[in-house]
Parts: sequence; C-alpha cells; structure tokens
Amino acid sequence: MLWINISGILLIALIVWWFWLYKPQEVEVTNNKMVIRIENGVYTPAHIKVKANQSTLLAFIRTDNSPCAATVLIPGLEISEEIALNKETVITLPPLTTGEYPFHCSMQMYRGVIKSE
Amino acid sequence: MGYSDTDSTQEKTSLKQPSGSIDLIIDGAGCASCVGKIEGALTSVKGVQQAEMNFAARTVSVSGQSEPSALIQAVKQAGYSAKVVQSSSEEALLDEKEQADLAYYKTLMWKMWIGLALGLPLMIYSLIGGEMTVTTPTERLAWLFVGALTFSVMFFAGKHFFVGAWQSFKNHSANMDTLIALGTGTAWVYSMAVIAVPELIPDMARHVYFEATAMIIGLINLGLALEVKARGRTSEAIKRLIGLQPKTARVLRDGIEVDIPIEQVLLHDIVRVRPGEKIPVDGVIQEGQTAIDESMLTGEPMPVVKKTGDEVVTGTLNKTGSIVFKATRVGKDTALAQIIKMVKVAQNSKPPIGRLADIISAYFVPVVMIIAVLSALAWLNFGPEPALAFAIVSATTVLIIACPCALGLATPMSVMVGVGKAAEAGVLIRNGAALQTASKITAMILDKTGTITEGAPKVTDIIVTNGSHEDSILQLAASIESSSEHPLAMAIVESATAKGLTLNRAENFNAIAGHGATATIQNQYLLLGNEKLMRDRKVDISGYIETAQQLASEAKTPIYFAVDEQLAAVIAVSDPIKQDSITAINRLQSNGIRVVMLTGDNRLTAKAVAEKVGITEFFAEVLPEDKAQKVAELQQQGEVVGMTGDGINDAPALALANVGFAIGTGTDVAIESADITLMRGSLHGLADAIAVSKATLRNIKQNLFGAFIYNVAGVPFAAGVLYPFFGLLLSPVIAGAAMAFSSLTVVMNANRLRLFKAKEH
Repeated sequence: MLWINISGILLIALIVWWFWLYKPQEVEVTNNKMVIRIENGVYTPAHIKVKANQSTLLAFIRTDNSPCAATVLIPGLEISEEIALNKETVITLPPLTTGEYPFHCSMQMYRGVIKSE
Repeated sequence: MGYSDTDSTQEKTSLKQPSGSIDLIIDGAGCASCVGKIEGALTSVKGVQQAEMNFAARTVSVSGQSEPSALIQAVKQAGYSAKVVQSSSEEALLDEKEQADLAYYKTLMWKMWIGLALGLPLMIYSLIGGEMTVTTPTERLAWLFVGALTFSVMFFAGKHFFVGAWQSFKNHSANMDTLIALGTGTAWVYSMAVIAVPELIPDMARHVYFEATAMIIGLINLGLALEVKARGRTSEAIKRLIGLQPKTARVLRDGIEVDIPIEQVLLHDIVRVRPGEKIPVDGVIQEGQTAIDESMLTGEPMPVVKKTGDEVVTGTLNKTGSIVFKATRVGKDTALAQIIKMVKVAQNSKPPIGRLADIISAYFVPVVMIIAVLSALAWLNFGPEPALAFAIVSATTVLIIACPCALGLATPMSVMVGVGKAAEAGVLIRNGAALQTASKITAMILDKTGTITEGAPKVTDIIVTNGSHEDSILQLAASIESSSEHPLAMAIVESATAKGLTLNRAENFNAIAGHGATATIQNQYLLLGNEKLMRDRKVDISGYIETAQQLASEAKTPIYFAVDEQLAAVIAVSDPIKQDSITAINRLQSNGIRVVMLTGDNRLTAKAVAEKVGITEFFAEVLPEDKAQKVAELQQQGEVVGMTGDGINDAPALALANVGFAIGTGTDVAIESADITLMRGSLHGLADAIAVSKATLRNIKQNLFGAFIYNVAGVPFAAGVLYPFFGLLLSPVIAGAAMAFSSLTVVMNANRLRLFKAKEH
C-alpha cells in the first residue's frame, strides 16, 4: 500500500508540475506574422513571443470543427474574432506594451498566451 | 469573366473589372511536395499571375484573371481536387458556418449511434443480472471479444477525444477531452487488465466496465451534437441582421440602370430603389420622396418620411415612393455592417460576473484529475472489498462527471442571446460590462432637450415691448442666431426662414455658454438670452418677468431680446415632449429607478416639463460643462447612475456615468462615449435596455449557479463521499449522461432568453 500511496502522490505532483509549473517555450514571431493552427482542441503554437511596440499579424487557420474553436478572444486587447473553418483569418494586433496577453476560445478550453517584450 | 476584387479602393473606383484573387480549398494534398505541383499547375493557367499555397490550411490563393472552372480543372489534372472558397461576406461566412455545424452535428450523431449500439445492449445485460465478471476461460474469451469491440467504438466514435487530450497534454494544457479520454481510457484499460491478467487482481474486483466506456462515448457525443444545434439558435439575432443586407443593387452605370451584386457597388454610385425594395447601401437621397420602414434596425414601428437630402440606411425597407440616392457608405462601412460588428464584439465580451468562472475554468481540469487520484487512493486505503474495483469506478466517475464546459458556457451563452435580443429592440450594448452595470442602475439622469423632448423647438410667441413689428424683431434675432448652433437658436432661425425674412450679417458675434449671445447689426448692439444675461448687462426686464414666468409655466422657454440695452421683446420657444416619454418614464419609475431631469433651461420651464412627464426631481440652468458634476453628485449619494443624452455635448457626463446611454438619430451607432446606444428616439428603448440587461444577468446567474452546484455536488458524489453513510456510489454511465446534458442545459437556459419580451410594448 505504501508504494501505491507514494505513486499516487507522485502522480499528483506530476499533474501540478506539468499543467501549472512548467513554462512552455515561446515561439517567436518572424516577419511580423505568425500562423496559428486551431486543431484537435489546441492552438499550435500556443505560446507566442512578439516584439513590443510593433504591430503583428496573427493568422489563424481552423481545421477543428468544434463550435468552441470558432471564436478567438484576446480580452486584454478587446479583440474577439470569428475564425472561419478551413481558411486563414488574420487578426492584426496593435503595437503592444510589454506584458502577457492571454487568448482563448469563448469557454477557455483552447488557451494561448502572447508575450510582448 | 474575372472574379470579385479584394484589392484597393483605387481599383474599385475605376469601373473596369479589376484584377483580384480567388481562394481554392484543395483536397488530397497530403505532403509538402504537393505544394509545388499544385502551384505549378495553377500558374500555367492563362491569366494567372501568381498561385500561392498555404499547405497548413490546404488552400491556394490565386491572383490574376481567369475562370474559376479552369483553375479547378488544372488542379484536377495535377491529381487533386479543388473547390472555390466563396466570398467572405458576412452572409457567406454564416452559411459556411451553418454548413460546417450541420456536418459536425451529423458526424457526432453517427458517433453517438456507434457508442450506443454497443453500450446499450451491454448495459441492459448488466441490468438484467448478467455477470460482468471474468471467472472462467470462456468468459475471458467472450469479454476479450467485447473489449475489442469497445476498442473499435473508442477508435471510430471517440478518437477525437483521445487525439484532443493528447494534443492538449503535449501543450501542457488540459480540457474536456482530457477528462473523457482519461475516464473512458481508465475503464477500458482496467477491464482489459482483468481479462489479460486476472490472477493479479483480487477475485471480487474482476469486473469489466466496457458498457461504461461505450455508453459514455455515445452519450457525450449526443450531448455535443445537441449542443451544436442549440448553439446555432443563440446567434439568431446576428443572422437576422446579416439577412437584412440585400444581395443586389440597381445602379446607374454609363447612363443605364443595371442590377449588380452588392459587393460591386462603389462609393458615389447612383442607386435606384423602388417601393417594396430594401435599401442596398447607405446614401443620401437625390431624387424622390418616400416612407422608409426602419423598424428592423431601430425598433421604431412608424415608417419615416424621407426626401431629397435625407439619409437612407442599408437594410431598411422602402415603402411608398421610388427614390434615387447617392451611395455614401458601402461594404464594411455601412451602418448595418457597423451594427453587426458591434453586436458581434459585444456578444463575445464577458461581464465581470463571469470572471470567477473563468478563473475556476483555468484550474478546473487538473484539479479534477488530482481529485480522481485522491479518490482512488482513499478507496484503496480505506474502502471495503473489492477496493480496487471501487477505486477504479470512483476515479473514472469523477473524471467523467466533472464538466468544465457548463462553467465555461454559463456566461458567454447568455451574453450572446441577451446582446442579440437587445439589438433586435434597437439597443446596441457595447460590451458585457455595460450589460451588467445597466442591470444595476438605481438612478437615471435624462437630458431634457432631444431626450425627453423632440429636440426640435419652435417659436410659439413673440411679445413685443417697444412697438416694433414682430417680423422685424424675429429678423434681427434670427440674424444673431444664424451664427449659433444652439437648438433654441436654430428654432428662431427656422421660424424667420419660414416667414421668408432675409437675415442680416451679424458682427462681433459672441456666444456666452448657458446665457445667450450678443452681436452688432447696423450699429445696433443686440442681446438675446436668458434672465441672467439681461441682469448681467443691466437690461431692465422688470415689467416682463411675469410674462416670462407665465410662458415658462406652459413649458415654453422665454428668451429676452434687447436692442441697445433696452428690452425689445420676449420670444418663447417650445420643444414638444416626445409622444411616449411619459409612459416610458413611468415604466422606469415603476421599476424602482430614480428618474432625474437635467437641463440648461430656466427653472420654471424645467419644472413645467418635469411635471408634464411625471418627474419630481430635476436640475435646471445647468451649464453644459456642469452636467458631469451632476452625475458625480448622484454617484456620491450611492446611486448607480445611468445618463441619457444625445452623445455629442453630453460626452463627459455619459463617460462619467456608470452607464452612458446615447439616444441615436435612427442608425447613428458611432457614439464613442456611450456604453449603450438607443437607435430610436423613444425612451422606451432605455427601459427595454435595462429590462433586457436584468433578464440576461438573471439568466447568467441561473447558469453559473447550476454549473457550480452541478460540479460542487457531482464531483464529491462521484468520488463516493455518500458511500460510508448511505452505501451510494454513482455509476460512470449515469455520470456520463449527467455530464453530457449539463452543458446542454446551460445552452438551453440561455436560449430561453430568446423568448424575452420587454413589457408595455
């Protein structure tokens, strides 16, 4: 039983580390444009690094037909955009001040972060 | 034939068929090497300038001029298939979305039947007393076969959950797919372990749960399918608005009237609209007179008479006459397009009430996974035999019953329907925060002119004091006021113009805010304004104060007119009270809202107007710059203040108020300082806005309460907290059904808002 309990506690620790503590690597935007795919319940890439004080284009391509995936919200920038299926939908980000700007679907099951620095 | 242009306005203004681009969706392109092949095939087509493929999206953007059919043929010859992506108009996007939703619904229903086809017989078998245990070699063989069938169900009907869960996991995130995949996966793996290595599992725990896996996959697919259907109904308001846009317009090109697609109407085009037709783009009438039904946008039931020089708005219905107008706003610039955009943005914004649910959603899935582990450990440590089976059942049930979707959907679904419902009543709500605050308003300040009254004052009396002729007084007064933009000044000018009087050129014009104006005409020093102005300039008005008070008590505004500092006349101007202001104000008051009137007018006139409309509290003689101060005063008294004005000279007060309401004139939606824009002049729009905000907030609270209670009660129940007291442990199948229908319930409850009707209308 001891080993089962230790395994259980380790599993909990793993969950906490994997989902909350781990800092995923950011993908840097090149040429002011980043293509983000919406597929199988996730944004790829989900962690994006942009240059501060510079306008950036986010091109979303949705192949996921779940209704959740149809809207992308960036609350910090008051942006909400419907993403067409199997097409490129471009959102123009204004020049951003340094900081983090989460983006997500309307139910927050799809999540990502734009880091401006 | 070319294809529709997406290029610059410069190209649009030349009436030639422009060079443009067309998008194709490619099927069958499975590898990156296909890109060059497809692009090469397309560039070889005559007229194509460039073909650029986005492999990730499987789309090709082709620029130049050629037949779409030739492009499709070229792709076909290269060994792939292609179809044209239709124009990205709002309507086309909506159609595509509806078709995609329908296809998704059908797929989910098909998956539901696969799950239930296996799950239902297995569940019935277990319910009628069939053994779900593995004790003999024959049973092992039989259950192995069922296990393989269940795996097929997981693959064909539940693959999307597992793929989604894996992708999320790789991305260090977790969602609903994670819970379903873990729950059903655990049940299947455990059951297969019972079959594969029964000797490692205690006798009493040799139970299989294939029926749970298959049933849960079937039921959750059913729940998702019904949710897709129900969600479609939440965007009905936006569909209705988009549907207002006509598809074609009759424009004058080279002296000939031609019907052309709406996308090809250019700025300054001359457009003809016959009775019974919709206005295709915004414009100004050049010829003809008609009555236009604007109810679909403003909620105003009476048709509005329009003549040369008046504006017409896209989507409204021409009722009686044939008109010719010049296009002033086309495409995405029309008022209708702006309204649609504003409603869409507001529908996706969240009121502060949803923030807690958002925070919880962010941590929800990993927390549920931890609870599942803790629950399994608790059963293994303290549970009765078969503890292992209990541990597996409780962990699976916890994972399956938890529903982050219900929490996530609670607020956005209601906002979506509520904002749409408001738009149907001609009320444009800027965002979720405005919606929430509007539901809490305790005091409403109404600007008098243009809000309670028509905002179109008329001269009613001219009382001459020095023996001059009325017309010469009016002529002089109008000559001063022709330089002013004040509504009262405009009334005097209009009255003089209507009498055919010629206005003189005023010199040294000086407008004194809140008092009046001074000017010199033919060496005469003229003063026109209120009592304060006369007193300041030492004009003796003592003989006419009573007359002025009498006029004021009749809700007229008295204006003193002095020539060379001698009183020459008292001019009365009256602004008629809007027909339905009294009932609308009564409606606000009966909802417990303290209604306060605010005006720059004198106290007596203000009192008379307030009494007529049933308002007991008013601020008179308020200078424009002091309006915001009055808002602040009420806020200091602890009131949640709504301020209603025309959005132009009220901007600071509208911005300071907890909720600023701008009364638009028809379809003027670009009122930046307002949180809520009323597209019609009636104050009933105000009462409607508050009523729909209250109904939406009530709906959000019901949804949030339901979603919280469901999860807070469901998860511990699934973990088995009731087992020690009542011997109750939830079946994973029941948990699956509850989970599937919890989010559906939220969407259905939000849909109830569609039935909301503002009272007294």
